[in-house]
Amino acid sequence: MKVLVPVKRVLDYNVKPRVKADGSGVDLANVKMSMNPFDEIAVEEAIRLKEKGPVEEIVVVSIGEQKCQETLRTALAMGADRAILITTDERVEPLGVAKLLQKVVEAESPELVILGKQAIDDDNNQTGQMLAALLGWAQGTFASKVELGDGKATVTREIDGGLETDELTLPAIVTTDLRLNEPRYASLPNIMKAKSKPMDTKTVADYGVDVSPRLTVTNVSEPPKRQAGEKVADVDELVAKLKAMGVPA
Amino acid sequence: MKTLVWVEHDNKELKDATLAAVTAASKLGEVHLLVAGSGCDSVAQAAAKIEGVGKVHVADDAAYAHALAENVAPLIVDLMGHHDAFVAPATTTGKNIAPRVAALLDVMQISDILSVEGEDSFTRPIYAGNAIATVKTSDEKLVVTVRGTAFDKASAEGGSAEIEQVSGAGDKGISSFVKADIAESERPELTSASIVVSGGRALQNSENFHNIIEPLADKLGAAVGASRAAVDAGYVPNDYQVGQTGKIVAPEIYIAIGISGAIQHLAGMKDSKTIIAINKDEDAPIFQVADYGLVADLYKAVPELTEKL
Ligand SMILES: Cc1cc2nc3c(=O)[nH]c(=O)nc-3n(C[C@H](O)[C@H](O)[C@H](O)COP(=O)(O)OP(=O)(O)OC[C@H]3O[C@@H](n4cnc5c(N)ncnc54)[C@H](O)[C@@H]3O)c2cc1C
Ligand SMILES: Nc1ncnc2c1ncn2[C@@H]1O[C@H](COP(=O)(O)O)[C@@H](O)[C@H]1O
Repeated sequence: MKVLVPVKRVLDYNVKPRVKADGSGVDLANVKMSMNPFDEIAVEEAIRLKEKGPVEEIVVVSIGEQKCQETLRTALAMGADRAILITTDERVEPLGVAKLLQKVVEAESPELVILGKQAIDDDNNQTGQMLAALLGWAQGTFASKVELGDGKATVTREIDGGLETDELTLPAIVTTDLRLNEPRYASLPNIMKAKSKPMDTKTVADYGVDVSPRLTVTNVSEPPKRQAGEKVADVDELVAKLKAMGVPA
Repeated sequence: MKTLVWVEHDNKELKDATLAAVTAASKLGEVHLLVAGSGCDSVAQAAAKIEGVGKVHVADDAAYAHALAENVAPLIVDLMGHHDAFVAPATTTGKNIAPRVAALLDVMQISDILSVEGEDSFTRPIYAGNAIATVKTSDEKLVVTVRGTAFDKASAEGGSAEIEQVSGAGDKGISSFVKADIAESERPELTSASIVVSGGRALQNSENFHNIIEPLADKLGAAVGASRAAVDAGYVPNDYQVGQTGKIVAPEIYIAIGISGAIQHLAGMKDSKTIIAINKDEDAPIFQVADYGLVADLYKAVPELTEKL
């Protein structure tokens, strides 16, 4: 079976985002960019399923500027087999990404698409569910465990009250949560090997779908800043502060 | 504008997250609710009493018992034939269903709104709340999810909406519910508690978490939360995680114990009214947002605090 894993290039999670003074967005010039952490988990999961047996090929795909090929190379170095880069310099929203991915799915016929639950830049948490809708497939979102069976996937999901397990008919969509696995680091030999793995480069226009944004971002601003308060000397002083707030009631 | 609000429930009780979504929806126009479930009459009755609600649509069908997105999304799409906006709380249920509805309607969803600026304009957090974006949509229908801490709760009493039974296509036959492991707790619910006590990696194991964090929480009548590190290490279940990719809380008092204050954690709690931090490292970033900071070893300070309160 073939697995498709969409990966997004985002501001590295360790970098503190800086809002541009003109309100047009977050400054991405000369800052470290990395694979969205949830997508690393998605790639790792695909690799583990391949190591276990049912998966034969892992195809990774990224939509964005030319530099997304670095992100794809990282996925190839981790263990993916083949990459597709769909280039554009325009902002593509989750709905547009899902429409492009639908075309990729139609061409590649994977049995499973594993996405991150959320890209940590725009925090949308939409694309996997949208792709599932467009394809009419089942969706196992926020997965902490995935088991493949005969024509089925059993997915344990992290929900607000705890965990939920659902059974999905394949082909299906899975989106990853933090507890699914711990992604591996690519070894140096694998990084070298990844350089010769195949990468197809396409443009958004090749797919003939309208992905123009539906939302206009009219302003991006910094949230109100919280001021640091005071340090208390000891537990007694903290107890006094709490009592002054009427606690415990 | 006519809005359709997703009612969060467990087929017996209506969940509080619904009430903030009702407030957000009421800023857009007329509020209708959807109760999709199985044997969910008590929920429908409760929904009809929410102040400001015009109508409650009830779809009672075994296929909707567990709110599987594959089954409920088509039902919502049908109802959207005569509504202009679908509004869901940004719970895991809402986040699972709403984008599926949006794609079927060919609409770009607006996630996790903080405010309604106009009929087509909203603010929402991006980059773990380090930036706030104002977005304007050109779509004819709206699909939005609502951050619960950003809106007051609508009153659960005072309304007397009409209840209308509706039906949809039922089971799409591509997904089924197997089981849920939902922890029962006597403590208040994390996202609506007025005090939250959270523990981090410094607790080292689940026994310490249980013996040090929980007695303080119980003394204060507080909910218990955790950092990702504490959840990943298995000290507490996943649903305790507060942060960018966990739960968003904004209690009166948030007490962070042995938590460093990574931006991903701050994203989930920095709108709390008063923040208290206990950490042995005086340079821990959590102190930059704390109203009261205590530099101390938690293993000594927290039992002493519990004792003295
Ligand atoms: C994609 C992604 C999503 C994430 N989402 C979240 C999220 O939603 N929520 C979240 O919390 N994190 C999230 N994180 C993780 C986040 O980056 C941090 O790693 C995490 O919050 C750290 O947890 P911590 O503060 O408990 O641990 P640490 O950073 O290790 O901090 C432990 C603290 O305990 C203190 N300490 C140690 N011993 C004692 C003692 N005896 N007494 C007192 N203090 C002591 C130390 O000084 C230190 O400050 C996410 C990360 C990624 C990449
Ligand atoms: N531009 C993109 N290229 C490839 N995958 C993407 C892109 N945008 C989103 N995704 C995938 O969709 C997931 C959820 O993103 P989002 O809905 O934007 O939060 C990500 O974790 C990726 O797996």
